[in-house]
Amino acid sequence: MKTNKIFISGDEAVAQGVRLSRPHVIAAYPITPQTITVERLSEMVEAGEMDGEYMHVESEHSAISATMGASAVGARTFTASSSQGLLYMAEGLHYCSGGRWPVVMMNANRSVALPWSIYGDHRDSLSLLDCGWIQVYVEDAQEALDMIIQAYKIAEHKDVLTPMMVNLDGFILTHTYELVDIPEQKMVDEFLPAFETPNKMSFEEPKNLGFSSKPDDNTEFKYQQNEAMFNAIDVIRDVDQEFAEKFGRKYHDMVEEYRCEDAEVVLVALGSVCGTIRVVVDKMRAEGKKVGLLKIRYMRPFPEAEVKDLARRVNAIGVIDKDISFGYEGTVYTNVNSAISKIDKYVYKSNFVGGLGGRDITKADIEEMFNKLFSGVENKSEEKVEFFSLNVETND
Amino acid sequence: MNHNEVHPMDRLIRADRMPHIWCPGCGLGTNFTCFLEALNQSGLDPDKNVIVSGIGCTGRVPGYTNIDSYHTTHGRAIPFATGLKLANPELTVTVFSGDGDLFAIGGNHFIHAARRNIDLKIICVNNFNYGMTGGQFGCTTPLGAKTTTSPYGNYEHPFNLVQMAAASGAVYVARWTSLHVRRLTNSIKETFAKKGFTFIEIISPCPVSFGRRNKLGEGLDEMKYYQENSVIKHGIDPNEADLNLNGKIIVGKFIDIDKPTFLDNQPKLQTPD
Ligand SMILES: Cc1ncc(C[n+]2csc(CCOP(=O)(O)OP(=O)(O)O)c2C)c(N)n1
Ligand code: SF4
Ligand SMILES: [Mg+2]
Repeated sequence: MKTNKIFISGDEAVAQGVRLSRPHVIAAYPITPQTITVERLSEMVEAGEMDGEYMHVESEHSAISATMGASAVGARTFTASSSQGLLYMAEGLHYCSGGRWPVVMMNANRSVALPWSIYGDHRDSLSLLDCGWIQVYVEDAQEALDMIIQAYKIAEHKDVLTPMMVNLDGFILTHTYELVDIPEQKMVDEFLPAFETPNKMSFEEPKNLGFSSKPDDNTEFKYQQNEAMFNAIDVIRDVDQEFAEKFGRKYHDMVEEYRCEDAEVVLVALGSVCGTIRVVVDKMRAEGKKVGLLKIRYMRPFPEAEVKDLARRVNAIGVIDKDISFGYEGTVYTNVNSAISKIDKYVYKSNFVGGLGGRDITKADIEEMFNKLFSGVENKSEEKVEFFSLNVETND
Repeated sequence: MNHNEVHPMDRLIRADRMPHIWCPGCGLGTNFTCFLEALNQSGLDPDKNVIVSGIGCTGRVPGYTNIDSYHTTHGRAIPFATGLKLANPELTVTVFSGDGDLFAIGGNHFIHAARRNIDLKIICVNNFNYGMTGGQFGCTTPLGAKTTTSPYGNYEHPFNLVQMAAASGAVYVARWTSLHVRRLTNSIKETFAKKGFTFIEIISPCPVSFGRRNKLGEGLDEMKYYQENSVIKHGIDPNEADLNLNGKIIVGKFIDIDKPTFLDNQPKLQTPD
């Protein structure tokens, strides 16, 4: 297959993915580490490399509102944000999924204040897991570009009509450079036809959109939204398959298993840290230790079937959370644990919370986690939620 | 160099936070010093002074000021300061923030606090762009100016901030540049002594994010530009003081009136016997 590789950052890769997807309207407000994406897009629009309108609005609240407005007349739309900006959109995020507007956004994962931090973790998007958006987490710049294109096809599918958030780790992915293959426009056009929806305002069929519900019908709206989210699981599979056939890159649908075939102990994680875990898995495998990685790609809809399937085959599962739901545990862990609890087998589990506010998760950290999982199984240790590489005194 | 030398403003600076983050040639250091100097000269008790910002390069000012200081979320300095002032009316509360913070994402709060005449001292550093995030255009960027999100020139009309402040109800409205050190300091001092919602706009060089793309030269060149192109016109209608990329900069004190503040007008709470 012919490739056209250029050396760009994750933010630029996202901008390329957006350009190729031909949105009609882009509305965004700048925030580190998303800024390069919106700067590139505004350049592309002004230089005439893209047909869409670019609106550099005055806040994120306006950005999500403008994209909903555009989507309501049947336009394809894009927005991008991060951290504080994503949270400032929160009202609109719920409104958008409830309105069934398939807006696509990029979120540069970044910590949430206070304390103020521009560096990465997953506390921004995970705290918005319940806002009704499909959430995917990518591992590198190529996947970021490819997932923007896939996102439109998934979100706009008639059985889904649900907005989608493509998450990439702030700085680690947004600002590092990689060789990224830029697909041909013609091929993207064939893969991603123009957006068609019956759910739009037009002169021919005027509609009232965004009105109130009563207690007798609100639950039915939410039921349908939930069904649409489940429908996305099949659509994600089909779209990934079609993408692989067209572009030669496959992302393994909801999750990707890495060396899990005969694994005894597995770490589960999202995003760029999966790259580091792969290296540690290879090293420990070479030493004869049966370890593996489960990269969760989609947090919503949640890959329950895949987690259960893996749990049936292994002795221990550790979950890395770059977030914490204060007073309980990491959010990825809560979700994984809920899936595991539905199988008829005991699996030793542990939650590793860390990498907050940009702290590196090192190979040594990961190796230690694998070792703790092995010893946890052997010693039948108590399962726990543990903050790793912590510099303060703890009670243990 | 004499290492025992202390900065004349030492007691008002958090030296442990130095070096600061500002770029060479940035106007913020000068603007900051004018604020400290005004505080110093005013004779006010620093313990009864508070400084609040939102987010941005300008938003770093409170972090370097050795009085009670708050760095709030982007755009929310005014509501945060309103809370402070209402809970403890004894305090002199200054909001020191950027044009984007106060007028783009936070614009709504500005007009409402001015309308209510909340007793806040607003100082806005207008560098015509979002400096901190790398120089995107905002609501003050002049027509035609080049920024990272308007590479071929901005085509949105900007606000005239002094006009907006006056129209929204501010009791004191002035504009200076970073070059007008003495006049700016005096103006800040005047607002400390004034009751009600006051507004000072400081036109300030941002050579690294804005100046570079618009061929305005180094920080010093921008200062020279201010020297050659500022026109002092006290008392004129702020309507006539709009700014453009290569034009004259009208500075001066435009509004200075008296009217009851929010707290003055509030019916006294009835305390039961
Ligand atoms: C909700 C939210 N959106 C976006 C940002 C990113 N951001 C930080 S500072 C800033 C703009 C600052 O511009 P201005 O207020 O003019 O201050 P300057 O840096 O120019 O002094 C932006 C967009 C943020 N911190 N929070
Ligand atoms: S970006 Fe501009 S405003 Fe910010 S510190 Fe640099 S020169 Fe000053
Ligand atoms: Mg600014």
